Amino acid sequence: MNLTLHVWRQKGPADEGRMVQYEVKDVSEHASFLEMLDVLNQQLIGRGEEPVAFEHDCREGICGSCGFMINGDAHGPMPGTTVCQLHMRHFKDGDVLHIEPWRSRAFPVLKDLVVDRGAFDRIIQAGGFISVATGEAPEANLIPVPKPVADRAMDAAQCIGCGACVAQCPNGAASLFTSAKVSHLNLLPQGQPERFDRALSMVEAMDREGFGYCSNHAECEAVCPKEISIDFIARMNRDYLKAKAQRGMKTPLQT
Amino acid sequence: MSWFSALYRSAVGKKAVMAVTGIILFGFIVLHLIGNLKLYEPGLYKAPGETGPGVRYINAYGLFLRHVGEPALPAYGALWIFRIVLLVAVILHIWAAWQLTLMSRAARPRAYASRPKIHTTYASRTLRWGGVIILLFVIYHLLDFTAGTVNPGFVEGDVYRNVVASFSRWYVSLFYILAQMALGLHLYHGLWSLFQSLGWNHPRFNHWRSGFAHAFAWIITIGNVSFPLAVLTGLVHK
Repeated sequence: MNLTLHVWRQKGPADEGRMVQYEVKDVSEHASFLEMLDVLNQQLIGRGEEPVAFEHDCREGICGSCGFMINGDAHGPMPGTTVCQLHMRHFKDGDVLHIEPWRSRAFPVLKDLVVDRGAFDRIIQAGGFISVATGEAPEANLIPVPKPVADRAMDAAQCIGCGACVAQCPNGAASLFTSAKVSHLNLLPQGQPERFDRALSMVEAMDREGFGYCSNHAECEAVCPKEISIDFIARMNRDYLKAKAQRGMKTPLQT
Repeated sequence: MSWFSALYRSAVGKKAVMAVTGIILFGFIVLHLIGNLKLYEPGLYKAPGETGPGVRYINAYGLFLRHVGEPALPAYGALWIFRIVLLVAVILHIWAAWQLTLMSRAARPRAYASRPKIHTTYASRTLRWGGVIILLFVIYHLLDFTAGTVNPGFVEGDVYRNVVASFSRWYVSLFYILAQMALGLHLYHGLWSLFQSLGWNHPRFNHWRSGFAHAFAWIITIGNVSFPLAVLTGLVHK
């Protein structure tokens, strides 16, 4: 099939950037979207032009490296998939595709379709961990976890941190990502000692990064490649509000 | 108050304030509808021991609102307490919405060339402008039935007459009906959204949240739209 692409080209963080039109011919329907871009890049290299920069790693839909907007859809039109696992059979000959990077103040564009998602790392650094002594791995069955709780925690832990939720959100909020990371640990017994501190520090880190706020549109849930539920956002809000209420009523243990 | 300002500083806190003030305003809207239904009550109300023909039920209800709590409270006392609570709720609701809107604008300084697709409801997308329409409506509504400045031949205390006088003009009725539809959409998203904002979710009752929002959005809209329609069709007349 033959496609017309409008791709965001930006030389570097300081460049203004613009949409550039490309024609890609004889695309195999078995190719993935990234393989289609590989074909485009080969053409560009052949012509002595700069290839389109995009992030990718595993191409199995589990690493969270790839992702961009295709005609206003994060990771393209298919639900529950990353762009590396999106195949060209879902498109047809003559399609015109607009390809843009995630747009968010917190995700500055580095080059073409590559954005800096360091903001997510800083949210994780604020509380997306449990404090335990390092050393040998503990006996797995030492702390029993009820099956439904383990399942629920795994649903949240599926988040690969790709940033599609932020990209699709009309408010540019990072609530789905942050809530998945908060809930994953806050559900498990190992996460309980720091549960409320975690909710406080991760929510406040999210605000500091300049993300928007959640107005419960559920656009994030619709495009999340791991189909993470906005139920986790309600959980995060609950833990955050509880933490705030506790701080208001009690003298904190440490200052 | 320091805990409140600390809470309010965060986006989650602002949304919690919007949810709580929203609940207060929703409670008012329900009571307002119940009160207005007195418009349909036939016959005249006579206070115990009162001689004479009596008054329309809705007028009696209006009188009750002005004197409820007497003699423990002065006349209009309870009414003013109620009004102040509502005013504070409205101000906080709008103030938080305004700040959150600015926050949302700032979060995406460069717009997408190809507009992001909408996967979810229309109601959630009309929340902000719907809110503005509702605010303009409320201002007109207060001038119409409380201050009486835009009501032709306003008679304080004769609620029934004022309602008929106002809604007899088709364009006023049309404006009321459109505003109520905006309110319906606003309520539908708001009533569902507040559960999320306050973290009230549980697999066992999650599916009730949408039903609750739908039911009350429809009840309020149909109820409120019925009043101008009743006047226009002559069901309620002088």
